[in-house]
Amino acid sequence: MNANSPKPPLSNKERVKIPRQHMPEQDADRRRRNFEEVNQGLTVLGATTEALRCLQCTTPKCVSGCPVGIKVKDFVALIVAGDYLKAAAKIREDNILPAITGRVCPQETQCEGCCILGNKFEPVGIGYLERFVADYESASGQIGLPENAPSTGKKVAIVGSGPAGLSAAGDLVQKGHQVTVFEALHEIGGVLLYGIPEFRLPKEIVRREVDVMRAMGVDFQTNVVIGKTVTIDELMNEEGYDVVFVATGAGLPKFLAIPGENLNGVYSANEFLTRVNLMRAKDFPEYDEPVYDCRGKDVAVVGGGNTAMDAVRTASRLGAKTSYLIYRRSEAEMPARTEEAKHAKEEGITFLCLTNPVAFLGNKESFLESVRCIKMELGEPDASGRRSPKPVPGSEFELPIQVAIIALGTEANPLVQSTTPDLKTTRKGYIAADPETLKTSKRGVFAGGDIVTGAATVILAMGAGRKAAASIDQYLQSGEWDGAPN
Amino acid sequence: MFPIVEAEFLAPDVKRFVIGAPRVAKKRKAGQFVIVRLHAYGERIPLTIADSDPEKGTVTLIVQGIGKTTKLLNMLGAGDVILDLVGPLGKPSDIELYGTVVVIGGGVGAAIAYPTARAMKDAGNHVISIVGARNKELVILEQEIGAISDELLITTDDGSYCRKGFVTDQLKALIESGRQIDFVLAIGPPRMMQAVAETTRPHAIKTVVSLNSVMVDGTGMCGGCRVLTTQGTQFACVDGPEFDAHQVDFELLIQRNRTYLKQESEALQRFLEQPKRDVDLVSESCRLEQEHPEVRCEAYPS
Ligand SMILES: Cc1cc2nc3c(=O)[nH]c(=O)nc-3n(C[C@H](O)[C@H](O)[C@H](O)COP(=O)(O)OP(=O)(O)OC[C@H]3O[C@@H](n4cnc5c(N)ncnc54)[C@H](O)[C@@H]3O)c2cc1C
Ligand SMILES: Cc1cc2nc3c(=O)[nH]c(=O)nc-3n(C[C@H](O)[C@H](O)[C@H](O)COP(=O)(O)OP(=O)(O)OC[C@H]3O[C@@H](n4cnc5c(N)ncnc54)[C@H](O)[C@@H]3O)c2cc1C
Ligand code: FES
Repeated sequence: MNANSPKPPLSNKERVKIPRQHMPEQDADRRRRNFEEVNQGLTVLGATTEALRCLQCTTPKCVSGCPVGIKVKDFVALIVAGDYLKAAAKIREDNILPAITGRVCPQETQCEGCCILGNKFEPVGIGYLERFVADYESASGQIGLPENAPSTGKKVAIVGSGPAGLSAAGDLVQKGHQVTVFEALHEIGGVLLYGIPEFRLPKEIVRREVDVMRAMGVDFQTNVVIGKTVTIDELMNEEGYDVVFVATGAGLPKFLAIPGENLNGVYSANEFLTRVNLMRAKDFPEYDEPVYDCRGKDVAVVGGGNTAMDAVRTASRLGAKTSYLIYRRSEAEMPARTEEAKHAKEEGITFLCLTNPVAFLGNKESFLESVRCIKMELGEPDASGRRSPKPVPGSEFELPIQVAIIALGTEANPLVQSTTPDLKTTRKGYIAADPETLKTSKRGVFAGGDIVTGAATVILAMGAGRKAAASIDQYLQSGEWDGAPN
Repeated sequence: MFPIVEAEFLAPDVKRFVIGAPRVAKKRKAGQFVIVRLHAYGERIPLTIADSDPEKGTVTLIVQGIGKTTKLLNMLGAGDVILDLVGPLGKPSDIELYGTVVVIGGGVGAAIAYPTARAMKDAGNHVISIVGARNKELVILEQEIGAISDELLITTDDGSYCRKGFVTDQLKALIESGRQIDFVLAIGPPRMMQAVAETTRPHAIKTVVSLNSVMVDGTGMCGGCRVLTTQGTQFACVDGPEFDAHQVDFELLIQRNRTYLKQESEALQRFLEQPKRDVDLVSESCRLEQEHPEVRCEAYPS
């Protein structure tokens, strides 16, 4: 068919014949040494063509595959109709951070994973399309924000400025409440800012979303650690906040607890990424914060999730000679987004799967020199349904490396919980909250995002923020508090 | 942003700052610290809160200029503003009635130990302070520490003031004189703290040190500040900064603090060649603050 002048309606037979559009990307050889965004975004033609592949199902499975139920079918139809701004507004009804989720959602297990086309062909590139309309909207400068409701005189404090906090703030300020977001770090954005690197999510996009919220009237206060600078009780009793929403994420790094883990050159992924992203150590000495000089070094990252992929690709961009990814299960079990693993491989990252570190070894000055690893094999499926790896006796080997980055996931930071006596936590230290209302055990306090679920995804955190906003608004109107967890 | 209200040199390269930070001033307890970032290209560095005035909403910091960021800070004065300041971080000192308490401060460590010494005195302890410096010029806070101590002993490495020798010589003399010592707090360079730990260990005197590991966030998020004690790996910013001296692996601390030696000396060199760039960056944030109060980066409606 002639993509330049599509003549809808097409028959389904014609639609399935259109190949899935490729995301234009920076050449792998070039991008592995720079921090510019890898994916360049679909063109208008590419987006229109991709949108035409959608069969417009009567009961669209993609919508139920989306954790926040974005009306995929409708916004895709609006792209076909050429009304990109309306398409963006349609997404915004359910997702206020489309430029971000269009880039970082694990679409292959959500909307695209449910797309009926995927049974026989490739699924519609819903993530690409979401990103396309969001970028179109912001380039147009016409972000369709509804007017704020008249002031209710109620004060809401939001703790943490990641996707959960930001989305709750956006909704609540529109409902006429006075909203203040408290952030421990000196910049707003949570993991979107300090964790996910520039080449996947340009910080400009995060700042743009934050500026929109500022324009809507959200007050942001950086450099405030709730639990240290001020406690939740003080916010409510002394500073007059009617409600507190805790969205502090899961920011505590896990280590391996193996010998040599404190050698110079061994990092948590959180530290490594924070230095490079938030503190911009990649631009040292223009920026003051240093990071270990990776140029010409051998770097190994331990883990198989998005964080591990981000760390290893960052090390490569900092000039590492060899970048290894050490993962104890097989590639099929890797939790990272498929696209990240694919990109990493194209960029020359060496995957060492079914391998586990047992010790880090250093020189006399305590600088890392190598890692001793053991080969693993997959045994029976464990509680999570994944086949659990076990070591192969006698298979130890040593790999010379000068930098190691541990990316084994994160846990709950206890700062807020330990200073709020009547806030109930789970066995693992997360905040206990009702899954529907997001109410905690403490009256007036709600919680959502990674601090409730454990490390999850941007879209789930955003969904939790919006759910919390609805529930908070209801509480502020009715003054009724029930259904809290015991 | 955080205005510098007062600034004065206490010794060459050691400067005392009074900074507006009302929420921190209200909450702070002895032993806690803040993390500051001077301008938009700056690094985050930890500094102990030497004093605070909750009524005026100010905290006092005492800074020794040793590298780029501390030397830049020491070039600032009253009227300048600091872009970011967050705290109070870390656990407060364990203040109890121990009996006789020896508080040892080496170099700028005297400033860091001072608030805890005062709190110990307020709790009813007999406080013996030992202040050590390389020479007479570098002895700081003599008056202040003297005022809250029952006994004040000063040593200089070169003997240019009071007793010649190290703080551990004084400590040893005290112990050997047979006096009952119930608690020792030592703050200073890691080697000094290590020497104090080895001095008190045979006598099983409870000894606490404040560890100066390299930090980024100061909230337990990065693990960069980790130190090894007999309890395992700990994060100095949230589990400390004070630890039982007899449990600390000082060699590891000293090694870890050398991680960025190369970059630190490069940064210092560049700064000393062209200090104006960074001073201008500080003024730039003052200007932005005045022109765009809506995008202010600070925590306080002042
Ligand atoms: C490197 C990395 C890559 C990732 N990649 C993806 C991806 O590709 N796709 C995806 O869907 N998900 C990804 N994730 C996961 C996703 O980023 C998180 O699930 C999501 O950000 C959680 O949002 P949140 O709002 O709950 O918390 P966060 O984003 O963690 O934000 C919490 C904020 O609260 C602040 N805070 C914490 N304690 C306090 C306190 N006491 N006082 C004040 N402020 C406080 C923190 O500084 C932080 O800014 C990734 C995570 C990481 C670390
Ligand atoms: C809890 C704590 C409290 C402190 N209190 C004081 C104080 O009250 N007054 C004072 O003068 N100094 C204090 N320090 C030390 C002060 O933080 C360092 O001197 C400062 O970071 C040096 O930065 P620079 O750029 O000037 O020097 P650099 O040249 O960058 O560093 C010199 C040395 O300082 C240490 N250092 C560097 N960066 C950091 C960092 N981000 N975090 C911690 N240490 C670092 C390293 O050991 C390094 O070798 C404290 C440190 C800690 C951990
Ligand atoms: S400074 Fe980051 S965890 Fe302590």
